[in-house]
Amino acid sequence: MKKVFQLEDLDCANCAARMERAIGKVEGVTAVSVNFLTQKLSVEADEAEFDAVMEKVVKAAKRAVPDCTIVR
Amino acid sequence: MKRSSLSKKDRRNLIRIIVALVLFFAIFITDKCITLGSVFSGPFAWVFPFALYLAVYLLIGYDVLWRAIRNIAHGQVFDENFLMCIATLGAFALAIYRGVTGQPIEGFDEACAVLLFYQVGEWFQSYATGRSRKSIASLMDIRPDYANVLRGEEPERVDPTEVEAGELILVNPGEKVPLDGIVERGASTLDTKALTGESLPREVNLGSEVVSGSVNLTSQLWVRVTRPFYDSTVSKILELVESASEQKSKAEHFITKFAKYYTPIVVGVAALLAVVPPLIDSDWSTWIYRALSFLVVSCPCALVISIPLSFFAGIGAASRYGILIKGSNYLEKFNSANTFVFDKTGTLTKGNFAVAKIVPEGKEQEVLRLAAIAEHGSSHPIAKSILQKYAKTPEGGYTLTNLAGAGVKAEKEGSVILCGNQKLMQDNGIAVSPMEGVGTVVYVARNGQFIGSLLIVDEIKPESREVVSALNKMGAKTVMLTGDNEAIASSVAKEIGLTGYKAGLLPQNKVEKVEKMLAAKGKKDVLCFVGDGINDAPVLMRSDVGIAMGGVGSDAAIEASDIVLMKDDLRGIPLAKRIAKKTMVIVMENIIFSIAIKVAILILTAVGFANMWLAVFGDVGVAVIAILNAMRVNGKYEK
Repeated sequence: MKKVFQLEDLDCANCAARMERAIGKVEGVTAVSVNFLTQKLSVEADEAEFDAVMEKVVKAAKRAVPDCTIVR
Repeated sequence: MKRSSLSKKDRRNLIRIIVALVLFFAIFITDKCITLGSVFSGPFAWVFPFALYLAVYLLIGYDVLWRAIRNIAHGQVFDENFLMCIATLGAFALAIYRGVTGQPIEGFDEACAVLLFYQVGEWFQSYATGRSRKSIASLMDIRPDYANVLRGEEPERVDPTEVEAGELILVNPGEKVPLDGIVERGASTLDTKALTGESLPREVNLGSEVVSGSVNLTSQLWVRVTRPFYDSTVSKILELVESASEQKSKAEHFITKFAKYYTPIVVGVAALLAVVPPLIDSDWSTWIYRALSFLVVSCPCALVISIPLSFFAGIGAASRYGILIKGSNYLEKFNSANTFVFDKTGTLTKGNFAVAKIVPEGKEQEVLRLAAIAEHGSSHPIAKSILQKYAKTPEGGYTLTNLAGAGVKAEKEGSVILCGNQKLMQDNGIAVSPMEGVGTVVYVARNGQFIGSLLIVDEIKPESREVVSALNKMGAKTVMLTGDNEAIASSVAKEIGLTGYKAGLLPQNKVEKVEKMLAAKGKKDVLCFVGDGINDAPVLMRSDVGIAMGGVGSDAAIEASDIVLMKDDLRGIPLAKRIAKKTMVIVMENIIFSIAIKVAILILTAVGFANMWLAVFGDVGVAVIAILNAMRVNGKYEK
C-alpha cells in the first residue's frame, strides 16, 4: 500500500535526500520518495503493518531532519 | 514582486536579513574608517569589535546555531547548519586568537559575513522553491471543491467524492464541473484552458460529454455523472501531476549520489588540511583558516536543489501548454527521442471522412448538389462528409431509395439521380470515367447520364505535415503504422512527408512491429509511439516514450502513456521536444557550472589564493545563479 503525506518545514533539498535515505533504511518500507518541491512524502509498505512501519518512519525522519514534521 | 506573494516565514526572515545587513554594513564601514579595534587600547581592545560583530552574528544566526546543536545530538555530523557553525565560530576563534596574541585585529567581519550571506542564500532558495511550488499549485486549481447534487427538490452541496455515478448534478455558470458526465439539460460553453491549454471555449449541449475540471461559463447545465470522483479525469490528472517528480531522471540520481559523497569528502579534506601541513610548517592559524573555508563550500545544496527544480519547471511549463509529462525521466528520455512512430487513424488523420476531390472540373457544385440530394437521408460517414462539404440544405421532395451495397436512387417528377459506386453505374448501363485516387469514390449520374464523381478520404490533420517536417528537421525518423492498404498508406505518407510507413497492419501486428523496431534500434536511440489511446495502450506501454493524444476523457490513454497531449493537437510534440531540450541544456549547465566553481574554489582555497569571502560565493552565489538558471526553463515557448 502506498500513502502520501504532506511535509512541513522541509527547508533544503539536501535534507530531503537525507530524509529519503533514512526512511529507506526503515524495516518494512518497500519504497519511499521525498519530494522537496511538492513537500510530499510517499511511503510504500505492507498494508497489514503500515501503521507500525509509519511509526518507525516518523522517528527516522525526525532523527534525519529534526525541523521537518510529517502531517498525518 | 508583490509583498503578499511571500510566505509568512519568508517575510519574517527577509526583515531579519535586511536588519542584519544594515547593522553589519554600518559596523563594517565604521570599522574600516576608524578601526574599531583601536577605539580602546590595551590587551582587550579586540573585545569591542568582537562584541559588535557577535551581536549581528547572533541576530542572523541564532536559528542556525540552535539547529546545529540539536543535530549533533542526533548524530548528524555532516549537517550543513553544523558545518556552517564550525566554519564561522572557528573564524571567530581565530580572530580572538589574533587579538589575544597582540596581532592586528581582523577577521570578525568575515566570520559574521559568512553566516549573513549564507542566510541570504537560504532565503533565496526558499523563495525560489516557493515560487515554483506556486506555479504547480495553480495547476491544481482544477480541483473542484463541491458538487451540487440533485437528490430531492433542491440541489444539495456536497463533496465531489460523495457523488455516485448515475446521479444528476447541477453546474452553475462560473463553477467548475466537478465530475465527468453527460449533459442532460441545458447548453453552455466550457472553458477547458486549465486542462488542455486550449483558450477557445468549447460548446456543449444535450448529450455532450463534459469533463471534470473545466469551468462552466455561460448558463446552467444538468449533468448525469458517469464516473465517481476517484475515477474522474480531474483526479487522474492531479494524481499524475503530483507524482510526476517521483520518477527521477538519471541526472537527479547522479546528483543525489554526488551529494552523498561530496560533503564527507570535503569535510575529510578540510580536517586533513587543518592538521597535516601545520605539522610541517607549524603555521596553524593559516591552515585552520583554509580548512574552515573548505567547510563553507561543503554543502552541495546548489546542485541538489537546482536539478530537480529545472525538471520541475520543465514539467510545469509543459503543463501550461496542455502537455502532461509523467516524470523527469521521461523528459530526459524524450529529449533524445529520434524515432517517432505514429498511428495513422485519429493521430495523423482526423479519423473522419471528407470530400477530397470532385471531378470533372467546372462542374463541382453541380456534382455536389446532386450527391447531397441523394445522400441527405443517410447517416453513413460518407454521406455525412458530402453534406458537410455542401454546407447547404439540399433540395427536398425526392423519393430516396437505398440500394444496399451500391448507393442511393433519388426520384422526383421524372428526374432520377443515381449516387453510388461503380457497380451501381454499371448495373444501370451508365458509362463512367473511372476516378483515380486513394479512398472511396462516389459516382453521380442523372437521367442515365454520368455527371461526375467525388473522392472521399480520411482527412489528414492540418498540422500533420508541419509537425512531421519539424521532427524530420530535428533529425528524427518518422514512421506511420496503419491498417490501410499499401496504396493509401504510401500516398498519405508521401503527402505528410513521413520517412517511412508500415501498411496492412492489424491492431495486434502493431505491437509486433514496434517490438521489432525496439529490438533493432541502437542503445542510445529512443523510440516514441504516438497514438490516440484507443486500442493502442499496449503499444504505448511497450515503447520507450508513449505519447497519447487528446487525453481529456480517455483514462486508458492517461494511464498507458508517459506523455499526454491534453489537446488533440500534434504540435504539442515538437513543443514538448523544445521544452525537453531547454530543460536538459539548463540541467547540464547547472551540473557542470556548480561542480566546476566549487572544485575551483576548493583548489584556490587549499593553495591560499582564495579567502572565506570567495568561499561564501562558492556556496551561496553558485546556488543563487543555478536557481535563477533553472527558473529560465519556465519561460515562454512558441506554440
